[in-house]
Amino acid sequence: MMEVIRNVTCPICGTLCDDLEVTVDKNVVVDVKNACAVSEAKFLNFANPAHRNLKPLIRKNGALEEASMEEAVKKSAQILADSSYPILYGWSCTSCEAIRVGIELAEEVGGVIDNTSTVCHGPSILSIQNVGIPTCTLGQIRHRADLIVYWASDPYSAHPRHIERYTAFSEGRFQESEWEHYVARLRGILGKKRFNRASERVLMREVSVPPISGQKLPPEFETRRRKLIVVDVRKTRSAELADFFVQVEPNKDFELLQALRLLVRDDELEVDEVAGVPIGLLEDVADALVGCSFGVFFFGVGLTMSSGKLQNIDAAIALTKDLNYRTKFVIMPMRGHFNVAGANIVSTWQTGFPFAVDFSQGFPRYNPGETSVVDILSRNEADAGLVIASDPVSNFPRNAVQNLVKNPLIAIDPVVSPTTMMADVVFPCAFVGIEDEGTAYRMDRVPLPMKKVAEPPRGCLSDKEILQEILREVKRIKRKESES
Amino acid sequence: MPKIRVTLLSGRTIDQGTSKEYGKLSKEYRENVAVCEIDPDDLKELGLRENANVKVSTQCGSVVVVAKDSKRAPHPKIVYMPYGLWVNLIVEPETHGTGMPSFKGIPAEIEPALKEKVLTLPQLLKQTFGKDP
Repeated sequence: MMEVIRNVTCPICGTLCDDLEVTVDKNVVVDVKNACAVSEAKFLNFANPAHRNLKPLIRKNGALEEASMEEAVKKSAQILADSSYPILYGWSCTSCEAIRVGIELAEEVGGVIDNTSTVCHGPSILSIQNVGIPTCTLGQIRHRADLIVYWASDPYSAHPRHIERYTAFSEGRFQESEWEHYVARLRGILGKKRFNRASERVLMREVSVPPISGQKLPPEFETRRRKLIVVDVRKTRSAELADFFVQVEPNKDFELLQALRLLVRDDELEVDEVAGVPIGLLEDVADALVGCSFGVFFFGVGLTMSSGKLQNIDAAIALTKDLNYRTKFVIMPMRGHFNVAGANIVSTWQTGFPFAVDFSQGFPRYNPGETSVVDILSRNEADAGLVIASDPVSNFPRNAVQNLVKNPLIAIDPVVSPTTMMADVVFPCAFVGIEDEGTAYRMDRVPLPMKKVAEPPRGCLSDKEILQEILREVKRIKRKESES
Repeated sequence: MPKIRVTLLSGRTIDQGTSKEYGKLSKEYRENVAVCEIDPDDLKELGLRENANVKVSTQCGSVVVVAKDSKRAPHPKIVYMPYGLWVNLIVEPETHGTGMPSFKGIPAEIEPALKEKVLTLPQLLKQTFGKDP
């Protein structure tokens, strides 16, 4: 019998949409409403056995072979108990409850526990620890923000419903959705494109469509009640939704942010352009920032992953602080995986530190650059690894991966990935948010419950249960060692 | 052979996001991730058409992927590759004390590689890390 489960929280990105309607028929998801393209693809394909890990695997004579859960737990516990500096990495696509067990395991084996924010918004966290952050919840933004700036972020691709749920296209109590204006503009552009195509045929020459970027803000920008600006190194899909797009040269965000700081403080700039942006346009943008009633910067990993890294975030937060002398402005990182914020929060409440926590001396120590996983691997210091809910073999630089896969590697993942393919022990597990319940934190640090809508494949435990089994076995091995 | 200097960016795309849910061994995933979006003028400078194989090289190594006409042009001398194993084999590992490697804004070179193949994930893993997938 078909069952419709309402208010399901989406296990994809940090937007954590909690209004999905999932239709399940005999443990098979047959329909999902309100989901973005990525979410829909996940809900309709998660059960496909072609890309699921369904049995525990252990590498024997160079090849992965099926094993029992008990064997896999014993092998993993032995690897971790025998190692002197293991790394426990991932955590952003699992529940807070599993992360808590993971931290206990890291402490027990004297390892380093690091989450994916280390290669995502790690520099943002370092910057926030340096200078603080003026921020708020997404609900405040939905109801009040009249100027939204996405800087080095492409929500269309990475957070597909963010604009619709919380910013320009959302209907707030005090702000109207700009959706109709956007559709009208789109129709206009399509009409012009059609006209241009016809003209090209007749006139045999190209006639371009009016750009959304230029030397200054267009007059109609002022008429928008809720304004959307995108700043990026290329015209992303999100930029095409915006009222205005500012194209910055790669690795020059810091200069652009500092130039805007000068302009919002009414200082003068004696150059023609900064980071490829004409001063006239920058002055218009500065006026728009100062002139709003409630503005927000959403910044993406374009700032944290390019030159300057945390200094880019320092500059963005400093600009927000400057703007608060003139109007109300907030800033928020666009967190990627659905529970990456939760990984930071659980780590902080358990150890005092949000990521890159080193237990090798018996107490938590935190020094990103030294205790962060990519640095440890690049220096070839780790001697074993446990990866959960992540795929570092795909996502880390080559030399870090080389040093990760040459050591014994344990992978806990519901699906086949390059990391599980390179691992020595593989655990199949249930998808959190589909086959297992749990808690996750949205990008604005609001906790939401994840629902279970289907049963996992036979024999697949949850992340939390697998970690508890390994922890129990590690404790047994250590007890035995101390007794002998 | 023409070779041009570019700035390499990596990041998410909606197609990379959806196709990873079909499985990272799927054809869709490889077709959406083992690609490099190049400004049409740069592609002309390389003497190539869309869907030709190109070799993207940085000081950390090189990888062969399929060239795509960028729909986000103009961005001369800036190329874009979706997140995945192919691009991360050539990103810079230096974290400058932050824990974060440079995944964006990397100096790179790009050249035609018409006689070389785009490797599948298992082939790439075996060739790079010497371990059976």
